[in-house]
Amino acid sequence: RAALTSSQLRNQGSSVTARTHVNYEVKGDVAVVRINDPTSKVNTLSVQMQTEMAEVMNEVWANNAVQSAVLISSKPGCFIAGADINMIQACNNAEEVTKLSQEGQKMFEKIEKSPKPIVAAINGSCLGGGLEFAIACQYRIATKSKKTVLGTPEVMLGLLPGAGGTQRLPKMVGLPSAFDMMLTGRNIRADKAKKMGLVDQLVDPLGPGLKSPEERTIDYLEEVAIEYAKGIVNKKIPLRKEKGTMQKIQDYIMSFELVRNQIYKTVHGKVMKQSKGLYPAPLKIIECVKTGVEQGPTAGYLAESQNFGQLAKTPESAALIGLYHGQVACKKNRFGTPQREVKTLAILGAGLMGAGIAQVTVDKGVHTVLKDTTLTGLSRGEQQVYKGLNDKTKKKNITSFQRDSILSNLTGQLDYSGFENADMVIEAVFEDINIKHAVIKEVEAVVSPHCIFASNTSALPIKDIAAASKRPDKVIGMHYFSPVDKMQLLEIITTEQTSKDTTASAVAVGLKQGKVIIVVGDGPGFYTTRCLAPMLAEAVRVLQEGTDPKKLDALTTGFGFPVGAATLADEVGIDVAAHVAEDLGKAFGSRFGGGNVEVLKTMVDLGFKGRKSGKGCYVYQPGLKVKEVNPEIGEILEKYKMTPNPAVSSDSDVQYRLVSRFVNEAVLCLQEGILNGPLEGDIGAVFGLGFPPCLGGPFRFVDTLGADKLVEKMRRFEAVYGNQFTPCQLLLDHAKDSSKKFHK
Amino acid sequence: WNLNVQTKSKKTLARPGVKNIVLVEGVRTPFLLSGTTYADLMPHDLARAALQGLLHRTGLPKDAVDYIIYGTVIQEVKTSNVAREAALGAGFSDKIPAHTVTMACISSNQAMTSAVGLIAAGQCDAVVAGGVEFMSDVPIRHSRKMRKTMLSLNKAKTLGQRLSLIGSIRLAHLSPELPAVAEFSTAETMGHSADRLAAAFGVSRVEQDEFALRSHTLAKKAQDAGLLQDVISFKVPGRDIVSKDNGIRPSSMEQMGKLKAAFVKPHGTVTAANSSFLTDGASAVLVMSEEKALAMGYKPKAYLRDFVYVSQDPKDQLLLGPTYGTPKVLERAGLSMSDIDVFEFHEAFAGQIMANLKAMDSDWFGQTYLGRKSKVGTPPMEKFNLWGGSLSLGHPFGATGCRLVTTVAHRLQKEGGQYGLVAACAAGGQGHAMVIEAYPQ
Repeated sequence: RAALTSSQLRNQGSSVTARTHVNYEVKGDVAVVRINDPTSKVNTLSVQMQTEMAEVMNEVWANNAVQSAVLISSKPGCFIAGADINMIQACNNAEEVTKLSQEGQKMFEKIEKSPKPIVAAINGSCLGGGLEFAIACQYRIATKSKKTVLGTPEVMLGLLPGAGGTQRLPKMVGLPSAFDMMLTGRNIRADKAKKMGLVDQLVDPLGPGLKSPEERTIDYLEEVAIEYAKGIVNKKIPLRKEKGTMQKIQDYIMSFELVRNQIYKTVHGKVMKQSKGLYPAPLKIIECVKTGVEQGPTAGYLAESQNFGQLAKTPESAALIGLYHGQVACKKNRFGTPQREVKTLAILGAGLMGAGIAQVTVDKGVHTVLKDTTLTGLSRGEQQVYKGLNDKTKKKNITSFQRDSILSNLTGQLDYSGFENADMVIEAVFEDINIKHAVIKEVEAVVSPHCIFASNTSALPIKDIAAASKRPDKVIGMHYFSPVDKMQLLEIITTEQTSKDTTASAVAVGLKQGKVIIVVGDGPGFYTTRCLAPMLAEAVRVLQEGTDPKKLDALTTGFGFPVGAATLADEVGIDVAAHVAEDLGKAFGSRFGGGNVEVLKTMVDLGFKGRKSGKGCYVYQPGLKVKEVNPEIGEILEKYKMTPNPAVSSDSDVQYRLVSRFVNEAVLCLQEGILNGPLEGDIGAVFGLGFPPCLGGPFRFVDTLGADKLVEKMRRFEAVYGNQFTPCQLLLDHAKDSSKKFHK
Repeated sequence: WNLNVQTKSKKTLARPGVKNIVLVEGVRTPFLLSGTTYADLMPHDLARAALQGLLHRTGLPKDAVDYIIYGTVIQEVKTSNVAREAALGAGFSDKIPAHTVTMACISSNQAMTSAVGLIAAGQCDAVVAGGVEFMSDVPIRHSRKMRKTMLSLNKAKTLGQRLSLIGSIRLAHLSPELPAVAEFSTAETMGHSADRLAAAFGVSRVEQDEFALRSHTLAKKAQDAGLLQDVISFKVPGRDIVSKDNGIRPSSMEQMGKLKAAFVKPHGTVTAANSSFLTDGASAVLVMSEEKALAMGYKPKAYLRDFVYVSQDPKDQLLLGPTYGTPKVLERAGLSMSDIDVFEFHEAFAGQIMANLKAMDSDWFGQTYLGRKSKVGTPPMEKFNLWGGSLSLGHPFGATGCRLVTTVAHRLQKEGGQYGLVAACAAGGQGHAMVIEAYPQ
């Protein structure tokens, strides 16, 4: 009677505190612990998840019928994607974050010291805190699925692996690999992880059987993991692997403090060179690893948790997390599902851009037509697409068979045959309004009425292009960035006449191509080009004032731009820059002045069109990585020489002259409604133009620096140069009222 | 007239306007483990032996057939049209054209159905079809780099050019290229795919070992009882007369259980003991229009009726050909599973057979992948591969198809059934199935 009551009570008790994220089942003598966050597509180590995990593990440890455990996710495609970022952001100060880190460390220490072996069965993303969890377990089995990736991406959010990662990883994979993983944050595929010693065993993903491939693969992984868990208990499967000769040699070398110090030094030097010291996280990661290795685990774990707390409250981390959220937001289609899916996409112009667009389209199962006017142009373009895929084959991302089957989706041609089947045409022809008009008329004569016409122009207003169209509601701008296969951003430009469905379709295509998308209003230069133009005008002025291109590059990269202003001009193309400067100069007047456009025009006349012509600000020689300043531009700059004003020519002033014009124009775009919001403004600037990621974009930069401080600097420059530095009204509003922020 | 002499009351599959095509005879060389007695032969020698055996058994005049077709998978480059070389060597008239087909493990099925096609189209009245595989010797090539250098060497005009080419040869040039039993499209070996397939359908190691043991046990029984009448004796030059398959080795579950996984290591379930082994062998059948066979005084063994070829995903459904082919061919013939008296399925791997049986028994699979309302249903085991199969008799890739069809014909005669079904999977994710009707006795 009493037993009955108590069991009833227990039942009631468990129904009240029913677990939603973690549960377990005992199979034989193995506890299978399953993770599944019902509120999300991915599992994160949220407060709820951690609490339930602790409860479950305590029960597993207390259960005498259990000898070992398997940790597995019920979600196909995700083991644990990391810690819950919101949980970290919700902390009020560094101490609270440090405490979070210490709780994580404690939990994983218990896992590491578990008397019952725990096998982590990994299918899908195993990142950040998820990886730290997995490496605290006694054994790891991963599926060879493409979705299975392991990594420590914390550094990309300005953080460090704060739950023991900086301490366990070096022991597990060695110092060099651990640094590589933690400092780059890159994803590691399962087969590579096995080679590195990050996982112990691989399992093949299965095809359809009595269940769907995804479900059956998880079941199979669980079955295999259970066998291994039993094997570990029976001592049939050793936990310590025999070390290979290479490993022994490496360990021996690493036993010298001198060698280790050399590694710290080299890694530190590399980080400083790449980050210019603007990013605190990589340096802290080195520090934590070093402390752990040289001073032991107690000091190491302490350093890790304290540095984690500090980093979480840095503006750099806030900026990077902001970008992460922005990126997620810009990977959604806020215009809904288009009526028709684009199944055939035709691209006009097989140049660098056109072929680049083909490259990112053809492997998404979309029939891609690449049309050019000359056989040589077409051949070059098709070769570019082939090379892109073949490089992936060489890196073993795809097989040669997949490459060939992807390429079967590409049709190269010189005429408009078959265009009646196209659902969308993207033109990437020469930037001349007359040519664009001719092309739009030719296209509309052959395509079906539902076909969308998109222009990949970088500056011509879409409504001017649409003027030649019979169906302006089907005309839209799709501004890709070069090289298309590397640059994540796509800027979509809508006119007042563009229909919502056309926009939805363009966004859907962009998302399929894997792009981060901002949708902006029409106008000369739209958003990105419009922000870049004044900065480049200022850069030309800086050059005219006698600053060396290398010095100019150093100043811009020193501010956090990944590419210096002079190099950027060469990459974009001096001719394009000249074209844009002239066009936008006409449209916006003296605000876009500064440097003399004639400098650029003279360079173009002399054939210095940038990297593509071999000469621009620099001289480019194939095979040579070091580039020298083009000696011939000296004469041009001499001819257009200006005298610098020492009051606004310090290094810092030059940096702010460049950046403030960029930022002011960005804020003006928001003020004028070109931009939908500051978030898209930040994403566009960072992913399209290389605005310093550590600053989080122009809008976050204003928030962090203070609009008043920026206005103050601009007023000082305005006094010397005039209206190019006049702050826009919205910026002034923010300067006046410090409670006004672009990002809440 | 044939309706009157049916042993069972089932209808015949003869259709108005469609020629009746018959299997007159089928023979094969003993199937031997590669590297054994046949080791020093060439593929066409085995094919020759099968053809001569057929001639001998049927007493067929050497100029009485219109065409000869052979199937093979791994081609000896010197005899790429092995059908022609074997036919000439077997003494057939040099006026009989011959060609070789290749379709992985269903190559000789393709040879037979090509023959059926030629007869049905009125192009031929009598065709010899067969298949051969010789795994004791396979073409191992120089590396592509080396081949390129050697080909350039042919064209080099001066001594200097030749020397510079020879000088360019590096150690890497010398590593050879071996033919792999792997899919070109996925680079996955078939055994690996079979292991994944078995896992996908939850086929256990024990189930696989049991099926393999069954195959060996039944093959041994059939061999001992003299049921394998398609096997001819073959005097191997320089060796003894071979008259028996040598891969039949009934073992015990305990012995088989000791083997380690062969492909998915270490936790896989496919082992050397529950897979078909590399085999040398050749087969041949004589296919004729019924009229011609009767006119020549033959008593046919069976009608070759409806057949289908199917293909699906070469990665995850590589070996599911029987599951796709069986319902399709039954539907074509207007038969149901229960009408079939004799089943002969190609046993590539025990795991593959078990996976196919489970797939055919699954409503979910039938609905999701076959577009059916419900499951296909499974062949009853008491009618299934009763004289052993590829696991025990051996599996010379190109020759197995003819063995399956001949076995069905012989079993129908022996067991008194009316309909038989052949089904097989093949590399490339392809498959084949054929309905065979007993010839009235």
